Amino acid sequence: MSDPIILDHDGTATARPANAMRVTIVGAGVAGLTCAHAFAQRGAQVTVLERKSGSGQGCSWFAGGMLAPWCERESAEPLVAELGFESLDYWRREVPDVPAEGSLVLAQARDLPDLKRFSRRTEGYEWIDGARLGALEPDLAGRFEQGLFFPTEAHLEPRKALAALTGRLVNEYGVTFRYQSDVTSAVYDAADASAAVDDEADVVLDCRGLAARDVLPDLRGVKGEMLVLYSTEITLKRPVRMLHPRIPVYIVPRGDGHFMIGATSIENDERGRVTGRSLLELLSAVYALHPAFGEAEVVEIGADVRPAFPDNLPRIRRHGRTIRVNGFYRHGFLLAPALARRAAELAFDGTHFPEVMDEDRRQW
Amino acid sequence: MDAMSPTTSMSPTTSTTAADPVEFYGTRVNSRLLLGTAQYPSPAILAEAIRASAAEIVTVSLRRESGVAKAGQPLAGQSFWQLIRDLGVKVLPNTAGCKTVKEAVTTAEMARELFDTPWIKLEVIGEDDTLQPDVFGLVEAARILCRDGFQVFPYTTDDLIVADKLIAAGCEVLMPWGAPIGSGRGLNNPYGLRSMRAHFPRIPLVVDAGVGVPSHAAAAMELGYDAVLLNTAVAKAGDPVKMARAFALAIEAGREGFRADPMEARDMAAPSTPVMGQAHFG
Repeated sequence: MSDPIILDHDGTATARPANAMRVTIVGAGVAGLTCAHAFAQRGAQVTVLERKSGSGQGCSWFAGGMLAPWCERESAEPLVAELGFESLDYWRREVPDVPAEGSLVLAQARDLPDLKRFSRRTEGYEWIDGARLGALEPDLAGRFEQGLFFPTEAHLEPRKALAALTGRLVNEYGVTFRYQSDVTSAVYDAADASAAVDDEADVVLDCRGLAARDVLPDLRGVKGEMLVLYSTEITLKRPVRMLHPRIPVYIVPRGDGHFMIGATSIENDERGRVTGRSLLELLSAVYALHPAFGEAEVVEIGADVRPAFPDNLPRIRRHGRTIRVNGFYRHGFLLAPALARRAAELAFDGTHFPEVMDEDRRQW
Repeated sequence: MDAMSPTTSMSPTTSTTAADPVEFYGTRVNSRLLLGTAQYPSPAILAEAIRASAAEIVTVSLRRESGVAKAGQPLAGQSFWQLIRDLGVKVLPNTAGCKTVKEAVTTAEMARELFDTPWIKLEVIGEDDTLQPDVFGLVEAARILCRDGFQVFPYTTDDLIVADKLIAAGCEVLMPWGAPIGSGRGLNNPYGLRSMRAHFPRIPLVVDAGVGVPSHAAAAMELGYDAVLLNTAVAKAGDPVKMARAFALAIEAGREGFRADPMEARDMAAPSTPVMGQAHFG
């Protein structure tokens, strides 16, 4: 392992009282960073350990960044939407560049039954016709006769958002980041007395995602593949979901001609391997949205594995002074802030949140 | 077992499921619903739906989930498959998405190793828009697999000649489509399905694909089919668990209706109460 990279405040951040809660957070993905924020806001002295060389380089790196609780309501449990509304407000408030342009759901004429089905399962939308679509997204004018518009949803660029959050944590809250650090000693709790960094902490937050499978045996991986395209021929203001009976795909505009296309959802835990079939499916769907994507440059192809529990719902589990926050599945950005607030209230106030805390009393 | 014989309904019984098993390649099951495992909102809901349906056989696709084998390591899809194995149901692996004989045979071989079963639901898809079976490839793949010791459940059309050739190839179960996969259109050709039942009275017949609502499944059972296989209709319902139970009830109702020897339809009204002594006009 390389030497740790330490990101520390310059001393101008607010000084902590000597009796401040000392919190070690393991994992600098969206879960770890939002937890760092929630705990720091409550006055904790926070250190974040990350085995990679920067923030948000795991699963979060490949996220779509759609803040779309209404759209997710179509296939996810109501809880995901409820937590999602809280998180939507959080991101709008706490990081720059979170456009609230809403989202669009479209389908080719032959897949209209899927559009109707989608509309039946959720709320917060209006049916729009081709003319209205053209007014919202001029480049899609004349391409679809019907669609759903969810005006209150938003989206963000995950990499920029986590970089911005990291900056705020260091500069405003005096959070210390130790990248490329050995995190194993911290997460096995007090049993290992040789773990010096662990010994100093009052609370250890395990936000490792799928890597926490060693202590969370019911966690599984769900592979997702994505790509980034670059095109100057088309502009979109808001994320568009293209429905299809087998291959639903979304396109998130990232600005400057960049578009994130995602994401497959495959029941395995294979990291990093993008298959031809998945690429073909993702590209076919965006090509059906607009032929300009057929001429677009492929800037990036990526894949990672999302951590999920069997019901695809997130969990907070406490064991001694260790709190594990995990299982965000496809909804990292949509869930993390809401879970982080709950984890902090659990640690500071002892509040119990039955919606995300199962009665799991196993000893790890 | 003789699916065409309504006389079995003469045996006095109150519980159909206990008294009316169906047999596939020597394996007896009580549930006549075979459930697919794809497209559910979560594995937990899938598990609950399987329990609610009382299905004893579930189909599993492995082509996409399997990933790439690394030396000394299990295939990447292991945790999902383990979850299905833990449900204690019989697994019928399928060759979903295969378009050539070779692909289907390779996938079947992989499935046999992974799930330790000779059963294989054989799909050889001929065309993307309708996902219609390529019946020529299907017969050829069935011949190869049966010779190799597989017990093949072929996904086929209602074509009688193809059915004959599948049986000649060694298939002891036939699974004709109701309608294209995922279309939810029900039984597109009841006449064709009825002829198939009449032509093959002793072969277990399963309507596979196209079923959208419970009444479609009941209709298949009323035609004398031995079982119904479905996936999307349950997985994509707003409440998959409730829908799984609805299908179980419909299949039981349709089966009981078939065994009860239904009345014949007729063109004229036939009063169920006597009209003697009442006024008649014309």
